[in-house]
Amino acid sequence: MPGSAVDRLEFRDPARARALNDALGRAVADIGRSPVSVMHVCGSHEQAIAKFGLRTGFPRALNVIMGPGCPVCITDMPEIDEGVALALQGVRLATYGDMLRVPGTAGSLADAQAAGGRIDVVYSVAQAVELARATTEEIVFFATGFETTAVATAAVLLAGPPKNFSVLSAHKYIPPVMEIVSEMPGSRVEGFLAAGHAATITGWGLFEPFVARHGLPVVVAGFEPLDILAGLTRLVEMIRDGTREVANMFPRCVTREGNRNAQAQLWRVFRPIGGRWRGIAHVPNGNLRLRDEWAHVDARRRFTIDVAKLWDHAPSTLVRQCICGNIMAGIASPSDCALFGGACVPESPVGACMVSSEGTCRIWHEYGGVPDLGSRGGAA
Amino acid sequence: MCLGVPGLVTEVDDLTAVVDFWGVRRRVRLDLVDEPVAVGDYVLNHVGFAIRRIPPEDVQTTLALYEALLRESQRGDGADLMTADVLGEIAAGAEGSGLRAKG
Amino acid sequence: MTTGADDRILLKHGAGGRAMRRLIEDAFLHAFTTDPAQPAGLIGLAAMDDGAAVRIGDRWLVLTTDSHVIQPPFFPGGDIGRLSVSGTVNDLAMMGATEVLGLTCSVIIEEGFPRHDLERILTSMREACLEAGACILTGDTKVMGRGEVDGIVINTAGVALTARVVTDCGLRPGDRIIVTGTIGDHGMAVMATRHGLALDTPLVSDVAPINRLVRAVLEAEPDAITAMKDPTRGGVASTLHEMAAKGRVGIVVDERALPVRAEVRGVSELVGIDPLLVANEGKAVMAVRPEAAGRVLDVLRRHPLGVNAAIVGVCSAERPGMVILDTGLGRRLVAEPEGELLPRIC
Repeated sequence: MPGSAVDRLEFRDPARARALNDALGRAVADIGRSPVSVMHVCGSHEQAIAKFGLRTGFPRALNVIMGPGCPVCITDMPEIDEGVALALQGVRLATYGDMLRVPGTAGSLADAQAAGGRIDVVYSVAQAVELARATTEEIVFFATGFETTAVATAAVLLAGPPKNFSVLSAHKYIPPVMEIVSEMPGSRVEGFLAAGHAATITGWGLFEPFVARHGLPVVVAGFEPLDILAGLTRLVEMIRDGTREVANMFPRCVTREGNRNAQAQLWRVFRPIGGRWRGIAHVPNGNLRLRDEWAHVDARRRFTIDVAKLWDHAPSTLVRQCICGNIMAGIASPSDCALFGGACVPESPVGACMVSSEGTCRIWHEYGGVPDLGSRGGAA
Repeated sequence: MCLGVPGLVTEVDDLTAVVDFWGVRRRVRLDLVDEPVAVGDYVLNHVGFAIRRIPPEDVQTTLALYEALLRESQRGDGADLMTADVLGEIAAGAEGSGLRAKG
Repeated sequence: MTTGADDRILLKHGAGGRAMRRLIEDAFLHAFTTDPAQPAGLIGLAAMDDGAAVRIGDRWLVLTTDSHVIQPPFFPGGDIGRLSVSGTVNDLAMMGATEVLGLTCSVIIEEGFPRHDLERILTSMREACLEAGACILTGDTKVMGRGEVDGIVINTAGVALTARVVTDCGLRPGDRIIVTGTIGDHGMAVMATRHGLALDTPLVSDVAPINRLVRAVLEAEPDAITAMKDPTRGGVASTLHEMAAKGRVGIVVDERALPVRAEVRGVSELVGIDPLLVANEGKAVMAVRPEAAGRVLDVLRRHPLGVNAAIVGVCSAERPGMVILDTGLGRRLVAEPEGELLPRIC
């Protein structure tokens, strides 16, 4: 039963985990060089890896990099500024909790709240709609998250929200960024672990052109420890064997076509456009914006958002030292950052990676990143 | 938090279902699933919306997939006794495991 | 806008974590420990232990104080009254002082607070006193205008005598870490109540005076306990960090040994809050000499408040100050919480 302790334990069973770690170790040893670098692009994968301490069991030669998979972290300053400006203009905002403290050019939404802005934290866009139904004032939903979350926004718009509800879309689309990362100079990524939940929506078929173009294997993996270990094992074996294809290791949730119903809703409401991801600059088709047919619920068209006055503040020295961009691109680790753990900690974050529960820096600060904690079972 | 968690459906009405997540009951929206959902089904929930019905047999399929992966990655002669022990444990576990309907 | 400047007191300063500790060090210790000098033979403010201890002849007088602002005042398993007695009795017990000489009780009540609720709270306090064998000897009553204080605030102080003080800084490598029962109950119960979570099995706070439980251990094994603390704000994680830092040892915790109720585990999986980080109000964390750990466990388990006691970790000379969690699948650090995740938990 997926929801029961029995079922979860099957996917957290230490005996199976040990066996998979051994298999992973053998596969890495077969490749015979160090490091073997793979990347995942999902905050939830990094959280699971960190929470269960899986890195202490990985073979030393295996480098599992977290790429730009934290939807909060890659939301760029100008988008935060739009939310902050609206709040300071007196418009009531609803947002997912994680976005509250992400730094914009001149402060975060939390700072705007402290200055009198009204911001409601919600755990679902449906909750924001309920808020709008319960009042006559305007409610703007600050919509962040990848496609897995964007489909929920699409669903409430298609269901017909109240007239005082509108959406400020900062949604992102993950597949294009895998292209960008593969093409970055200095990138040594040899394979990708794709996010199981996003693939539940999109299907795994859309990775096939990517594999064909870049010759890099892709494995779709779930989020329990065994899912991750099995996914990594399969991925390393494919690297070892030179297999260029997509492997679905999360068949209980992911099919080749994905969820057609959700996809239809997503693309009826949103269109992909190029945009900036924090630290990674331009990602073609990486941002999701409301189609013209939805102009009537688009906060960017309903309101005049005055961000210019926020931009008089030059970024502080600290912000200039922040290397979140490189961390999200997978070419640096939190421990490479001069601010990590000192000037930049969860209670006073400088960069987005320290704010979000899915941010690399935050996760490493919580769980210790890759410290040498001893007891490395299954090492190669 | 409410990101991609699986749960058991205990009630269904037109557009929503009550889902049990490890003893906590939450109402989720059904706008996004691509097949009908019934009481006793398992669903993957994300920010208050069910995004996939999880067929119970797929849980076992996944575990079998991992076991096949382990068997394939074994080196030739099976002289590794420790691994043999672990595989035995897994086989014993697989026989006893299975899905039981929630009472 | 910077978030680092603290020219005003913020909520984080009351959360029991790093920010609060810094405030105490910078403001309170600075004001109170330089001049007049603290008496000799004293475990005082600077020790930042659960209470203070003053030598009187061949014994120690232990005193402690706590204010309670919990919201809501009534929650499954208890109320602010039970909490205010238990909290102070337990702080005394954590110093090794399990026979309470007396308690004080100061209340600040908001105008309009129902008389009936006040009576319920006082009844709770009486019952908790009976369980602890403690008496309220003196107190104070204030009423503030509607909106000037939220509901009711209770401060209790306690005094006790003991022949031997147990501090929170005596950990030694090899010591075992014991928790006296299931963790996360109080914080999760309050959180579930605040958020109106619909649950199959309701969560219940563990709030209770545990001085008699501690007395049983100290009488059976007088030299076994090297450090002791109750894991309130910030949970077991905070407590272990403090003990590890003060004792200058590393601690490795076996996650699978932690006693957690199934319903607490369920809620914590769903909302993403680790039971290690959440307040407890009827539990103790004890560091125990390795040769005595089994016997201490037996004593605890024979007592109704200690039936779920478990050995959950071990202290080591390596990596002093670090608290490491062995998950069964690997190892990771236990973060030192910034403080209690949930406001007004006690």
